Amino acid sequence: MKRGKGMKFVGDSRINADQQKFTPKDYSEYPGRTEAFWPNFLLKEWLVGAVFLVGFLCLTIAHPAPLEKLADPTDTAYTPLPDWYFLFLFQLLKYKFASGSYFVLGALIIPGLAFGALFLAPFLDRGKERRPHKRPIATSLMLLAFISVFWLTYEAASAVNWEEKAENNKAVWPDDKPAVEIDTTDPGYAPYENSCMACHGGELEGTGAAPTLIGIDFTAEEIMDIAVNGIGTMPADQFQGSDEELQQLADFIVSVNEQAAEE
Amino acid sequence: MLQKIYDWVDERFDITPMWRDIADHEVPEHVNPAHHFSAFVYCFGGLTFFVTVIQVLSGMFLTMYYVPDIENAWRSVYYLQTEVAHGQIVRGMHHWGASVVIVMLFLHTLRVFFQGAYKKPRELNWMVGVLLFFVMLALGLTGYLLPWDNKAYFASVVTLQIAEGVPFIGEFAKTLLSGDPSIVGAQTLTRFFAIHVFFLPAALFVLMAIHFILIRKQGISGPL
Repeated sequence: MKRGKGMKFVGDSRINADQQKFTPKDYSEYPGRTEAFWPNFLLKEWLVGAVFLVGFLCLTIAHPAPLEKLADPTDTAYTPLPDWYFLFLFQLLKYKFASGSYFVLGALIIPGLAFGALFLAPFLDRGKERRPHKRPIATSLMLLAFISVFWLTYEAASAVNWEEKAENNKAVWPDDKPAVEIDTTDPGYAPYENSCMACHGGELEGTGAAPTLIGIDFTAEEIMDIAVNGIGTMPADQFQGSDEELQQLADFIVSVNEQAAEE
Repeated sequence: MLQKIYDWVDERFDITPMWRDIADHEVPEHVNPAHHFSAFVYCFGGLTFFVTVIQVLSGMFLTMYYVPDIENAWRSVYYLQTEVAHGQIVRGMHHWGASVVIVMLFLHTLRVFFQGAYKKPRELNWMVGVLLFFVMLALGLTGYLLPWDNKAYFASVVTLQIAEGVPFIGEFAKTLLSGDPSIVGAQTLTRFFAIHVFFLPAALFVLMAIHFILIRKQGISGPL
């Protein structure tokens, strides 16, 4: 057998001089124009790699890796989703024929058959032919698998409102709000419950509609004024009740803030 | 000077045959996109390797800040993402690389499949390649939990429920992965971390070595 550049491959670990069970063709024996790997071809590969890397870095800069808020196991409203390349399996397990009492079919048998066949492809497709149209069974099964995976992934992804999900699970530092124990027996709590809680939350922690009331820098008089006349985007006349209740409400909010400041 | 150093090492280490194995060969025309542009399909395997190298390097830098513990995991990722110089880029590379490597692996698999390149004598290398695919998917699965945010936590809860549903070995497998028959918590995170950072990369490197040695032994499959 001929060797490129007339080299002697003495001691070459690729070829055992004594027993040549299987020796692939030397590349220089392929028809056409061969090119030396080192350094000519490697330089071109390097250039392609560099262009790829630039594109990849542009992606990482344009789209920072997402991070949702700290895991909260009590969040029952959260819709669990795997990473995108497992969505097809996730979607398969949603169908009636693949879940419930047929769970083993959906979780084990169907994926097992598909991936098992992929693993053993060389032993299932044993013919000498290599061209796709000369081995129609292998080609059509792969096309079918490809279309199924693509379609299942699309079905799973299109059922999700990604913007809303990202919006509801924004990363927030979990220690932003100091933990304050709310005294619900305080006379000011009842008016708070009636007038303020809907927007400012049960523990004054704030909601999507209004900010937290903990850590604000207002006197009782200013709070009474805000409750009646509003501030910023907060409309006027939010407070409903007597003047005494208004005073109790303001004192309550101030006392919570004093408590938070101490901690 | 360089030649002398090379000769000194070569005398003791016999580098030249290794050098020939790795680099001194010809690239046939049918895989060279410079001659036939359609030969770019042969790039996907190399790009998979390239992204894997990116994953290994960016992952090594991520572990300098990451803390595998439920109190601090999310906070360390948040800190890395918002405070550390270029932390966002390194984490972005690892995050997007995890997706790109799957895409490249998929394209590489399709290329080999449709070209029938897995036929004799390359059956073994095909099977090693499919195992590499599984290892890569498992790396994606375990790495997904590590930031310990909502999507990570709930995705892993579902994964472990699916594992639990497997007959006979399900409960054992779930306990092995999550460290407890019912809790997904501190133990789960450390186990996924160990699997993601030590066990699976070890398997990945061994399989990759076999994959590449077989390619160099058998050569690239001939033109169709």
